[in-house]
Amino acid sequence: MSELVGIAPRSGPPVRELAVISGKGGTGKTSIVASFAVLSGNSVLADCDVDAADLHLVLEPRIVRRNDFTGGKSARIKAGHCTACGKCEELCRFDAIFFDGPGNGVVEKTFRVDPAACEGCGVCAWFCAESAIEFGPVVNGEWFLSETRCGPMVHARLGIAAENSGKLVSTVRTTARRIAEERGLDLVLIDGSPGIGCPVIASVTGATLALAVTEPTLSGLHDLERVAELTRHFGIPTLVCVNKWDLNPEVCERIEARARETGVGLAGRVRYDHAFTAAQIRAKAVVEYRQDGCAADLRAVWATVGAHLGGSGFQGKGV
Amino acid sequence: MKIAIASGKGGTGKTTVATNLAWVAARKGHSVTYLDCDVEEPNGHLFLKPEIASSRPMGRLCPVVDEQKCTHCGLCGEICQYSAIVCVGEKVLVYPELCHACGGCMLVCRPGAITEALRESGKLEIGQAGPVRFVHGLLKIGEAMSTPLIRQVKEAAPDAGLVIVDAPPGASCPVMESVRGTDFVLLVTEPTPFGLNDLKVAVEMVRALKRPLGVAINRAGSGDDQTREYCRVQGIDILSEIPDDRRVAEAYSRGVLASEALPEIRTRFEDLLGRLLGNGSSRVAQREYPA
Repeated sequence: MSELVGIAPRSGPPVRELAVISGKGGTGKTSIVASFAVLSGNSVLADCDVDAADLHLVLEPRIVRRNDFTGGKSARIKAGHCTACGKCEELCRFDAIFFDGPGNGVVEKTFRVDPAACEGCGVCAWFCAESAIEFGPVVNGEWFLSETRCGPMVHARLGIAAENSGKLVSTVRTTARRIAEERGLDLVLIDGSPGIGCPVIASVTGATLALAVTEPTLSGLHDLERVAELTRHFGIPTLVCVNKWDLNPEVCERIEARARETGVGLAGRVRYDHAFTAAQIRAKAVVEYRQDGCAADLRAVWATVGAHLGGSGFQGKGV
Repeated sequence: MKIAIASGKGGTGKTTVATNLAWVAARKGHSVTYLDCDVEEPNGHLFLKPEIASSRPMGRLCPVVDEQKCTHCGLCGEICQYSAIVCVGEKVLVYPELCHACGGCMLVCRPGAITEALRESGKLEIGQAGPVRFVHGLLKIGEAMSTPLIRQVKEAAPDAGLVIVDAPPGASCPVMESVRGTDFVLLVTEPTPFGLNDLKVAVEMVRALKRPLGVAINRAGSGDDQTREYCRVQGIDILSEIPDDRRVAEAYSRGVLASEALPEIRTRFEDLLGRLLGNGSSRVAQREYPA
């Protein structure tokens, strides 16, 4: 994928990237992104929650191209060549080497690499005096180019118990951006993952705007503070949206006050509404399923977000 | 016995289950330690309200290059798989945020120009929440790698008694690090299409790590019946169903333990604890994971 990294924008409208993130999980990121996809009508979707991707369940993409993801390397001990000297076990810092491999006529037991624990550093292979350790790239995921009723979508599936989710996120994002440039679309909608670690950093760095979705709970407040500190750290303008705000109006107000103090803008509130789940069960975006209630709230949030993003698609739609 | 509380999807109720379990277990006289391994966004302290007795910085090892001894042979850059150290002409550049602390660069350096130093990447806090021993880690903002911290949080757990590990969401490295070495994994889900999709990913991950597992369905009744059907087909025990109740959500929003506020919810968690202790220990004997 290295040839895709750092592509200069072609002529045409500049591509904007909106990263929807949350800190805390389960606050409604994916449902909100699906509704934004419907409302924008001219964006490329990037599901960057490669660990637990769900956007496809609502947008039902038709996969146009599948690609293997080789995000790192892995070590494998050739039992026939291992002399059981134990050097690999001694040097491995990830507790990935076990002395329970098959015998080979010379030694009764050999060493074995646990692929789930191996971090692909290659130290064991480098220092194996018998050259008994193979070290090479592994396929640890898949990524897809798809078409949906709301436009093109790039999504992925990280292999079971695989590493390197940050690299896979970068692959998804870079591809989505390239497609936007090729097709003259000016917005990439990024569905991020919870937390503040490697996949989140890969989802937000360099984005035009981050929308942090939170809920009016003490956990929501605590996690928002940390994710807002992260976007500040990377210099990304950030808005906050409180989902299920009426669950606890007092905490909702505390979150909004805290946002104002820390330079985070307000994108609006979305009420607690079973339509979120009902739409999901029917594989519909909330704004496709309903017009009023939380769907009206989502339209208002989208208008505010659009005004902050700017760009051709939003002319006359600002608030 | 170590029980991990995990989930594929975020926000399904891991922390609710983990903190309530720790609280009811302690009330029943068990010696309990609660470990918050969600070092990116830890929340357990909001409910258990521990008194923190010790707080210390945590770090991970990173290479330090002695320019005087360096011969610019470039081997360090050659062995490093993460582009965390590169030799450009007469200069060696280190990118600590990319380093996995494998030690390779130091090992290949013939003139011995590379040593390792601890670089702060977060802090570890240990305290006491009533009868519950409390441990959590906090990742420094902007730090990408959480697994070294998770490892250190787990090392702070005692070997005896009941240890409840509150894992981060997802199914990749940080979750695997949290789940590794535990005796039983309880996956918390919600009965929605997103919940089920992410549960499947989590089940495959736990199976790849060869840990015994069970499921708890939170907000039961709020979605559809597909999750129960999936568990039935897969032969996975549903160890608890916590009803979809706005009062539970409101208690959560205020940082109040549902078991403390609502007696009928407490009974649910007591039942779950009983099943886990029965279920888990009977399966520990069959552990397949290399010790």
